Amino acid sequence: MSDSHTAPGGASHGSVKTYVVGLVLSIVLTVIPFTAVMSGAFSTGATVLIVVAMAVAQILVQLIMFMHMNTKSDEGWNLTSFVFTISILALVVGGSLWIMHHLHLNMMIG
Amino acid sequence: MTTQTMSNQNDHTAGHADGHHEDHHDAGGTKVFGFWVYLMSDLVIFGTLFATYAVLSGGTAGGPSGQDIFELPFVLVETFLLLFSSFTFGMGVLSMNADNVGRVKAWLGVTFLLGAAFVGMELYEFHHLIAEGFGPDRSAFLTAFFTLVGTHGLHVTFGLIWILVMLIQVSTKGLNDMTRSRIMCLSLFWHFLDIVWICVFSFVYLMGVL
Repeated sequence: MSDSHTAPGGASHGSVKTYVVGLVLSIVLTVIPFTAVMSGAFSTGATVLIVVAMAVAQILVQLIMFMHMNTKSDEGWNLTSFVFTISILALVVGGSLWIMHHLHLNMMIG
Repeated sequence: MTTQTMSNQNDHTAGHADGHHEDHHDAGGTKVFGFWVYLMSDLVIFGTLFATYAVLSGGTAGGPSGQDIFELPFVLVETFLLLFSSFTFGMGVLSMNADNVGRVKAWLGVTFLLGAAFVGMELYEFHHLIAEGFGPDRSAFLTAFFTLVGTHGLHVTFGLIWILVMLIQVSTKGLNDMTRSRIMCLSLFWHFLDIVWICVFSFVYLMGVL
């Protein structure tokens, strides 16, 4: 057990506290959008906003609290590659939706 | 960590007295980072499947829409199973850092059971839909739905196999540099699947019911 003090893979490995905080936040951020949709208390537009905002918040919570993504481990390269992937995704998903939406309008109307 | 990594490399090149021991840390870290890069490419796969689903979700071809077939309480239970399994895996990693082999195995076992329950529920849902005639061949919407959710379910299934393999390796080899970095990679994989599931329940199930 020569290396009991450091497990491989970065500087931060969290503690029971960060995992519990991450779990509690995730539960809250899950229950809110489900309640909003199932109760139908809000307008469709407002509900979509709530669902998207809660999803983004929960993704950030789990990236930081569970996956320990930060600017320090691996000299920030895991964060850099994540940001790069997100920009690729924005192009792929956003571009597909944009193009297909206009194609849909052109084909269906008239 | 930055300076530590740098000094590890210096140790390695300067003299081999302590270099061997230090080198292992660096190799483990590189392995986990390499696995992180794989996860990023996997994220692109899921991104394209989400884009496909978003484009095709209106193409119901006279068949059912999301509103007709999605049952949110069922999805909520699936979500909590996966969320709690992510947490129990985290506890397993903490036990590993504390060198407690018994606890590592116990937490991995709990994680496996929660993950298996999730896959079981998903198989039940798929079977139920196909039995009602709403299989992936029914409409473009259902093709995209089965492909996206099925790909995630397949990932979870492979995660379950990997957990079993790690349970065996920890039992036979104990906790060494190799099994530690493998458990770290598996933990990243498992948390990653929970994050993808957040997108699935938000953009497929919740938005589909609206």
